[in-house]
Amino acid sequence: MARVQIAFQDNDESRYIVSAIEEDNPDSTIHYEPALIRIENEGSLQINKATVEAHMGREWDVQSIHVNLVTLTGNIDEDDDYFKLAWGGQ
Amino acid sequence: MQAKKLNVKDKYRLLTRDLDWEFSYEDRKEAFPYEEFEGIKITDWDKWEDPFRLTMDAYWKYQAEKEKKLYAIYDAFAQNNGHLNVSDARYVNALKVFLTAVSPAEFASSNGFAWAGRHYGGAGARVAAQMQSIDELRHYQTQIHAMSHYNKYFDGFEEFPHMHDRVWYMSVVKSFFDDCRSSGPFEYIVAVSFAFEYVLTNLLFVPFMSGAAYNGDMATVTFGFSAQSDEARHMTLGLEIIKFLLEQHEDNVPIVQEWIDKWLWRGYRILAVVAMMMDYMLPQKFMSWKEAWELYFEDAGGALFKDLERYGIKMPDFTETIKNEKDHISHQAWWVFYSHGHAAAFHTWTPTAEELDWLSEKYPDTFDQYYRPRLEAAAELEAKGERFYTAGLPQLCQTCQIPMFFTNVDEGKPTEIVYRESTYNDERFHFCSNECKHIFDREPEKYVHAWLPVHQIFQGNCGGGGLDEVMEYYRMGLGEMNLDYKGSPDEKRWKKWKGVA
Amino acid sequence: MTLEIKTSNIKPIRNTYGHIARRFGDKPASRYQEATYDNAALVNFHYKPLWDPDHDLNDPRRTAIHMEDWYALKDPRQFYYGTYVQNRAQMQEKAEGNFSFFEKRDLGARLSEDVLSKCVRFLLPLRHVEQTANLNNMHCSASTNYCTALAQATKFEAMDRLGNAQYFSRVGLALDGNSGSTLNEAKEFWMTDSAWQGVRALCEKTLTVKDWYETFLAQNLVFDSLLNDLYYRQMDAWLSVNGGQDLLILLDFMSSRLTDSQRWVDSVVKLTAAESDGNKELVQSWISAWRISAQQALEPLASAMLGEEALADAFSALETRLGKIGLGG
Repeated sequence: MARVQIAFQDNDESRYIVSAIEEDNPDSTIHYEPALIRIENEGSLQINKATVEAHMGREWDVQSIHVNLVTLTGNIDEDDDYFKLAWGGQ
Repeated sequence: MQAKKLNVKDKYRLLTRDLDWEFSYEDRKEAFPYEEFEGIKITDWDKWEDPFRLTMDAYWKYQAEKEKKLYAIYDAFAQNNGHLNVSDARYVNALKVFLTAVSPAEFASSNGFAWAGRHYGGAGARVAAQMQSIDELRHYQTQIHAMSHYNKYFDGFEEFPHMHDRVWYMSVVKSFFDDCRSSGPFEYIVAVSFAFEYVLTNLLFVPFMSGAAYNGDMATVTFGFSAQSDEARHMTLGLEIIKFLLEQHEDNVPIVQEWIDKWLWRGYRILAVVAMMMDYMLPQKFMSWKEAWELYFEDAGGALFKDLERYGIKMPDFTETIKNEKDHISHQAWWVFYSHGHAAAFHTWTPTAEELDWLSEKYPDTFDQYYRPRLEAAAELEAKGERFYTAGLPQLCQTCQIPMFFTNVDEGKPTEIVYRESTYNDERFHFCSNECKHIFDREPEKYVHAWLPVHQIFQGNCGGGGLDEVMEYYRMGLGEMNLDYKGSPDEKRWKKWKGVA
Repeated sequence: MTLEIKTSNIKPIRNTYGHIARRFGDKPASRYQEATYDNAALVNFHYKPLWDPDHDLNDPRRTAIHMEDWYALKDPRQFYYGTYVQNRAQMQEKAEGNFSFFEKRDLGARLSEDVLSKCVRFLLPLRHVEQTANLNNMHCSASTNYCTALAQATKFEAMDRLGNAQYFSRVGLALDGNSGSTLNEAKEFWMTDSAWQGVRALCEKTLTVKDWYETFLAQNLVFDSLLNDLYYRQMDAWLSVNGGQDLLILLDFMSSRLTDSQRWVDSVVKLTAAESDGNKELVQSWISAWRISAQQALEPLASAMLGEEALADAFSALETRLGKIGLGG
């Protein structure tokens, strides 16, 4: 299987998103690079609204992911309560 | 009435695609006339999957948030003389290349997407293209504003639009965007959204911005990453358009494959400048071109093409050539600019001893053998006060417009320059590679029109035949924005600001 | 960050870009100026467009209008991307508040059948008209690639109109409990109701116009002036006296947006006509032709929606507007 990746600007809000990703995707690898945080995972990677909100302690709109997103690879599947990246037929 | 919850997909469908209607009073082809001439077959626009589902209200909201953050940083940067915090004034030359070569391309891209966003028959694709059009305008303008402060303290930024339309190496980027904008709407979007945005932009932006971060340039880091946050949407559009075209009709597959091959190659050629920037222009290095290429193309691109195999799309045949070239192109490109340093709108220099060692370490198979000796010889000449500039003008490839400096690495002859040629209407045309020749041979009637800067100089269309006249035509002058960094006004001012003798 | 540098040493060597200094002098420039003026490509294009081989890629000759300096047609709002999105973000925040107030208080339930059916038949189909305005302005934006002042302002107008289309759609969703049923009904009116067919035919016709300046006039001046008066003045008044006030808060975005948009359109047309007699004649002949088309197209709609005098009133509003920009009959 191929790896998907996503990267965020290294800032406070991103850190909550990243810790939520870590929780929901325990096998993912996180790289801290200059001014950005890059996360890789085999096959797919999912960001869940509920987990991010639990980490932030407040409401979080999935679409606001665009504010801190730097790059990604993989096919996107996006809905009200999750944002998913995957290769293949998902 | 109890309102039911509408999910994002359904809501988005009602708010975009459902706005379209079947025409009764005019021929719809009169309103959307360019959908067929490229041979692409669209059987059902309803099969379009929206790559992201931003409605305008959310778009304004999130983009305004990004802009607010960005301009706050610009203001702080200017108020604090942020340019004094960069690692070294040599670094600023990478920004000059960016503003003069890349930023006007953002505007061209904005325009191409406006045209495509007006002309697709499907509302979903139209709206996606329109949003990208306004995003690209954003990138263009935030770059102009980021560089505005640098322009006040360094030479080489001040004539960027003028130069973009005239200077020899700018035509590499300009011809790329002229090429895709002059194509039909589907080739345009495959070229820009897929080949450039999806496969290659990471190689343009991520190294540039990480490089900026390493070199203390917070304004550039911020605009770069802020722009990248839009790129994530653009890349998604790129992948969606490819899948859509491939799924619509099997006859589209070979057309799309040809476009992928052509545009990946065209894009890859442009990145030679990024390669040189990474390896030579960042005083604080963070990653070599070769490493970036392996991470973002071989690794990420490999996964992508594997995913596309199910549609019958394959990795372009030239991938092996690219792989072979990754040990060479940054060194070759830097040497071209170093030796033509009088005709470039930025400064060049020979690397320091430390930098040479870094290059040796990063390129163990090639640097010491082929490139280090030449740079050391140049440094010796410089020490004697005989800084080397070549007198001639480079021969340019008819397709990519890059000087002919690529070597025959495929056949293990890294010192032999590749020359290819074709004859069309009794005229001979020259190319840097098999791929550029192939692109020309497919559409010679298009590429014979290329405004090749060196030909134009010889034909007297650039102010005259002499170097002085051409420099005047470029608004480049002599000795301010060009020539070696050592002894430049940039260097003198920098030393004064920093209190170094 | 510690500032140990003696700032007196650090004087700028120039205040702005060369092309901005040539136009405005070498002094600190505004962000609008640097983002806008003289930065679009004009010469040395490499290839002819396959889809329009008679023109260059960026080419002022895509309209019959001539301007000595196209940048004279600047945007009085001085919108560049950053100021544009921030301005609209504020407006959308207000609109969002209006929609959630309307939904939370279930104000839709208080509307009479009469108001509801009027809304579905006459208001909601405007989403298709707005989509047309989006495409027409995008045509202008793509065609004015040689002048950033125009390319950006027309692009902003195009995105605004898409926003309008989406807000009208949301009005429907606010009324039908998110089922989309009102939008389907409204589309049926748009496609078959005789009151709408003239407007729909006119929309389709504007989408086939090639000269972008003609598109600009037909859409943003003639057609919009008439519709604006019919809807944001006359229909607004009708709703106010017929128990439909609550609906008006959902139209607040559209009507307040008009104020700045019209100022921009008026300024562009006024300056174009003032440039030369040739321009003025051309502008006037286009306006006359589109007035006739609009008259025929809008008559059935205006009568059915507001009565027989309505369109005449709208035309006198257009007349006043034309008078203000020096194109009065």
